Amino acid sequence: MLLENIKLAFTGLMANKIRSFLTMLGVIIGIAAVIAIMTVSSAMQRSVMSMMGSMGTNRIEFFLTQKGNDTAVRDTDKTKDYMSEDDFKDLMQHFQGQVEGLALERSLGNTIMEKEDGRTQASINLSGGNSLDIKTKNLTMLAGRTLSLEDQKRAAKVALVSDRYVEKMIGPDVNQALGQEIEILIDSKYYAYTIVGVYQYNVSAAFGGNMEDMPTDVYIPLATANLQVKDSEYYDSFTLFTAEAADPETLCPEIQDYLNNGKYLDNDTYMVFGYSMKEQIRQMTSMLSSLKLAFVAVGAIALLVGGIGVMNIMVVSITERTREIGTRKALGATNLDIRLQFITEAVMICLIGGAIGILLGLGLGIIASSLLHFEGHPSIAGIAVSVLFSMAFGVFFGYYPANKAAKLDPIEALRYE
Amino acid sequence: MAEPILCTEYKAGENMNEQNVIMEARNIHKSYNIGTENEIEILHGIDFTVHRGEFVSIVGTSGSGKSTLMNILGILDRPTVGSYVLNGIDVSTSSDTDLSHIRNQEIGFVFQTYNLIPRTSALRNVELPMLYARVPEKRRRERAEELLRLVGMEERMDHTPDALSGGQKQRVAIARALVNHPSLILADEPTGALDSHTGRVIMNLFHELHRKSGITIVLITHSQELAEETERILTLKDGVFIGERRGSKYVA
Ligand SMILES: Nc1ncnc2c1ncn2[C@@H]1O[C@H](COP(=O)(O)OP(=O)(O)O)[C@@H](O)[C@H]1O
Ligand SMILES: [Mg+2]
Repeated sequence: MLLENIKLAFTGLMANKIRSFLTMLGVIIGIAAVIAIMTVSSAMQRSVMSMMGSMGTNRIEFFLTQKGNDTAVRDTDKTKDYMSEDDFKDLMQHFQGQVEGLALERSLGNTIMEKEDGRTQASINLSGGNSLDIKTKNLTMLAGRTLSLEDQKRAAKVALVSDRYVEKMIGPDVNQALGQEIEILIDSKYYAYTIVGVYQYNVSAAFGGNMEDMPTDVYIPLATANLQVKDSEYYDSFTLFTAEAADPETLCPEIQDYLNNGKYLDNDTYMVFGYSMKEQIRQMTSMLSSLKLAFVAVGAIALLVGGIGVMNIMVVSITERTREIGTRKALGATNLDIRLQFITEAVMICLIGGAIGILLGLGLGIIASSLLHFEGHPSIAGIAVSVLFSMAFGVFFGYYPANKAAKLDPIEALRYE
Repeated sequence: MAEPILCTEYKAGENMNEQNVIMEARNIHKSYNIGTENEIEILHGIDFTVHRGEFVSIVGTSGSGKSTLMNILGILDRPTVGSYVLNGIDVSTSSDTDLSHIRNQEIGFVFQTYNLIPRTSALRNVELPMLYARVPEKRRRERAEELLRLVGMEERMDHTPDALSGGQKQRVAIARALVNHPSLILADEPTGALDSHTGRVIMNLFHELHRKSGITIVLITHSQELAEETERILTLKDGVFIGERRGSKYVA
């Protein structure tokens, strides 16, 4: 009987193709929206989480921020108020056992490099990092080696470049870059380093934007970078990695308070601000999930509207088929038979609409994910939930019209013109 | 080819005793719009008995209440007052679901307007009563084909109603009415929408069915000519029977 009802519903839907399709549209849009959002947001979540996770959940970024809005300070040289290497030593001492190490980085600025033939360009950032800084970047080396402790100690004039840089400036083979000189001109200062390693440029780290113009980093030893600057022992930011025993989320405010109540207590220009990766991940997760919720709510409203559309078309269809219902009753259909026939029809509309919606949503979701440089995966749970939801929708919105049909008086129905 | 079995075998006129009463209606009254100022009584106390194997006709002018009576006899409707026993069952106390089953198993309806399901092939139309009887698909198909052959519609089994003429539609409807071996055919002006020639063909089909299988037929018509060919004629006027006689051209 179920099979018969499905066949019957199908014939009914085929007889009125345009109307059936328009009726399904609401369901299609609703389901597609929900599926697309789930696909994109789970792709985004996975990508962001893995990116943040790879940076280390025990990471805390500290930086100096200006007190008040006195922009005049920015222009004057305030490096003497920055964190010094002595301050770091003191900090490590004070929080002994809770801190694994400090990652220090000094940026020397950015520039656009031009190949000798003048045809291709590459945008780069030049920065020096200590061993922990380089290590925690989790670089995947494609050729050569990473910066060694020896490089750091000797302030060696060596550099790591990305495969994208090599591709643009040197050639298709990454090994070709090894041993070559990289000559950089920033702020009328000239730097020259020997390339010792090529790392893989991390695409997922780039949030959209024009890929071609994205600058890639050139890494040199911190000591090498420090040779180039005046106040080489001062830093306006540092990254701290907590020891395994410590909770970054409690340690972060402790260190922040320690510095602000110590070194920066009487400093009227700067204060220290700390931000732990663990907290960032938490905030990101909650932001992503509330974003997801908001979009799913929009999809749900579309679905609701679609469901009402299905109900409406069922009422119309039943009114049109009043005589048919009367005939069926005369031939021995029970109220239950009639009710099931029309509920099946409503469920079919919703299921077919739901299936189209799922395909559409997956397509949109995967396309949108790849535009955002995330890898979109269909969510099996999302699909299962959508299918169940469509069926439930059909039953819910089909019940009232089907019941109306079932309760028709056979005489009235047969007399209906 | 063996004759298809249409109903339990009874020969017309044979054994007119109590046991062979198929339907017995007593003091049937029917009112519409009850409790409103438009309340109107259409049937005013109908007594009506039909025996198994009879071919009875009810004649009367338009508006005399023929269809109203047929709906009650076909348990599509309930009388306002009165009792009705069909096949030994007092149906006035049966539930709607029971009535559906009785209609499905015991009664074959033939309507003036055919009432075939639109956009559905003749074959599927004929299968419909068996669908509600939960007959398995293969058996359903065989039986429907058998009946369509009987009414001479085997060539057009796959046609939908809009591709059939009035007479062809009525033949499909008759096949559909017979498909579940009913004990009774209720036909409400089955030739009313047909030209006289086609009406003749349909009437001959009823005679043939009646002769061959002895199925009970209650025919409602306003054609005096066709009524004369039936065993017994009842005349309905303004909701009461005003006469009952044998058909003058009845051939047993
Ligand atoms: N549902 C109804 N409500 C009110 N009056 C009705 C209804 N059905 C039938 N009638 C009236 O009952 C009378 C008999 O109708 P009907 O049984 O169809 O007559 P016939 O079939 O003999 O032409 C008519 O006057 C008709 O208007
Ligand atoms: Mg009538």
